[in-house]
Amino acid sequence: MAVGTVHNKDKFLNKIAHSLGRERKTSGVVRPEWKHLPQYEVYKGMSQDELAHHLEDQCQRIHTVCKRATSQTLPNVLKEAIEELGGKSIVNWDDPRFEEYNLTKTFEEFASVEGNELHVWDPNLGEENIKFAERANIGITFSDTTLAESGTVMLLSDKGKGRSVSLLPATHLVIIPKSTIVPRMSQAATKVHKMAQAGRVPSCVNFISGPSNSADIELNLVVGVHGPIKATYIIVEDK
Amino acid sequence: MGIKTSDDKFFTRVDKGINNDFMRKAVSGAQERMQGRRLDSISALGDWEDWRNLAEEIRQHTLENLDFYLEQLADNVVKNGGNIFFAETAEEANEYIKSVVASKEAKKIIKSKSMVTEEISMNQALESLGCEVIESDLGEWILQLDDHDPPSHIVVPALHKNKEQIRETFADKRGYKRTSDPKEMALFAREQLRKDFLEAEVGITGCNFAVAESGSISLVTNEGNARMATTIPKTQITVMGMERIVPTWEELDVLVSMLARSAVGQKLTSYVTGLTGTKEEGDVDGPEEFHLVVVDNGRSKILGTQFQSALQCIRCAACINVCPVYRHVGGHSYGSIYPGPIGAVLNPLLGDYDEWKELPYASTLCGACTEVCPVKIPLHNLLIEHRRVMVEQAGKAPFAEKLAMKGYAFAASSPSVYNVGTKTAPSVMGPYSKNGLISNGPGPVKLWTDIRDLPELSKGKDKFRTWFENRDKGGE
Repeated sequence: MAVGTVHNKDKFLNKIAHSLGRERKTSGVVRPEWKHLPQYEVYKGMSQDELAHHLEDQCQRIHTVCKRATSQTLPNVLKEAIEELGGKSIVNWDDPRFEEYNLTKTFEEFASVEGNELHVWDPNLGEENIKFAERANIGITFSDTTLAESGTVMLLSDKGKGRSVSLLPATHLVIIPKSTIVPRMSQAATKVHKMAQAGRVPSCVNFISGPSNSADIELNLVVGVHGPIKATYIIVEDK
Repeated sequence: MGIKTSDDKFFTRVDKGINNDFMRKAVSGAQERMQGRRLDSISALGDWEDWRNLAEEIRQHTLENLDFYLEQLADNVVKNGGNIFFAETAEEANEYIKSVVASKEAKKIIKSKSMVTEEISMNQALESLGCEVIESDLGEWILQLDDHDPPSHIVVPALHKNKEQIRETFADKRGYKRTSDPKEMALFAREQLRKDFLEAEVGITGCNFAVAESGSISLVTNEGNARMATTIPKTQITVMGMERIVPTWEELDVLVSMLARSAVGQKLTSYVTGLTGTKEEGDVDGPEEFHLVVVDNGRSKILGTQFQSALQCIRCAACINVCPVYRHVGGHSYGSIYPGPIGAVLNPLLGDYDEWKELPYASTLCGACTEVCPVKIPLHNLLIEHRRVMVEQAGKAPFAEKLAMKGYAFAASSPSVYNVGTKTAPSVMGPYSKNGLISNGPGPVKLWTDIRDLPELSKGKDKFRTWFENRDKGGE
């Protein structure tokens, strides 16, 4: 990747140092040990089951349908969720977890029905992916980390994991392996912090909590604005 | 436009606000609902004071070392293929943004909500190039369609408008034919803007917080429009106030958690999006070119002063949502894109005392703002500090206050003069009094009696001193 350019940095930062009444600091600043760390107390020590309950509970508040499945029942629960969201056209990430959870057949069956369309994100197809996602009814993703407190899925972008899949379709369906559930954003932030220390973080880290919404008109909550209008989560017991 | 939204004088703006019954009802209703939601969401967090202390500590540390963290940010932005421009003034920022847009020969620009781009009047700068600049946040889009009506709240910009007014705007400007049901109107916005998102060559966003350790920027949103603006267009420009930065993702967590709760009472907004550089090799969506513009525009002159804590602000509007003055006069009365207590503190700093001398007085000093601020900015103390600076250094206290203070200083300088004053006042005020109340007083009293009645001054016997002496003697 090409390295970008920096403009006007020194004059700007020297001015800041001058305002702060000291020499410019270019090294030696260490993030302090914060005196208060309440964020790690939330849902501390809870089991995966307890966290899953909190997640289910929060889903009701964020207008998100939450279903449970085991690895055996997942194909049927997924089928049911797809039907409830109106079926028709689906765009999936190219993600090995679909295969791991034996969902390939479910999608083949879906695609074999007259009038249904299925598209799997394929970097080689370029813009075609976005065009399909734009007219798709359902985008399906897997959660990379899931936050019980806020009902949030963290999605990390990658070649096969386009940003558009969770954004452009009318609805968003997320499969959540139970082991990915953590108490809150703090644990996910620590993961990304470690990625940053190791090199770079994915170009797009998305924390998504249910469907898009707005309260800009008389503070009335409207669910569904530019992002998906409906969202469904399926929490699946790990294999 | 800059931060200033009106050419009217302060009291003209306030009169308009006070007499706008719909707006006042909307604002008081909104304040109650926002406060209720905020309280619900913070009570679930455990020890809110610990959270506030942590957030304050993070903001203070970052500001004390701002040059270091901005340099780290710059290093990481360019490492990830992005470009970074440090703009000392609004003009520098706009020149750079214009040069990027011109180099792309872009005609259509889609924007997500950003206060700092309002502050530097970026839209006008780009429109001068012949570009169409489209606001995609629902509230901002409504205001833009309504001939650029100014925002009245930093989180809910169209708070002062009712749904019927919005329906009329949609009908007039876009041929909207459906009802004023917010659901139908939001769906209309989705349909109308989808095409713009897909066609725009450049997406422009603000930045809630940049993350120094990875060169990332974060966007805290609900509608999904900021994700659109950073997913589809080939070029992304992000504009940030220079103080909006955290050291690492772990601090981002804390501040985003507090922002969502303090602003809208949500545990997290629907979307918290962290974007790092350009799209990576093999990525289909995301920008091919990324530009981060870091704006000073008067902020560095606040650093190192007694007002430095104002830069801790994370733009949640919790102070606005509890302010009794904002409740009565509404956002437009402040005459700035930054209304409410934080606006009354910031505007004289980003601008000057000449322009904004009334705002530090547009406060009851009740301290509700200070109490709710998630990053512990001592807002009402800063308002007092502004008053002190104006009186001591600039001599810019409002005329009425100067006159009153001078008069009081003279009157209070000697007990005999003071006594004469308090004894003669009732007869001076006599003609204005009716049934023991004064509702249309003269001179400086008028400002008070325009809004409420003043009790008639007591005559002779029961004025305070007389009453006190009498009480000492055992009487009533």
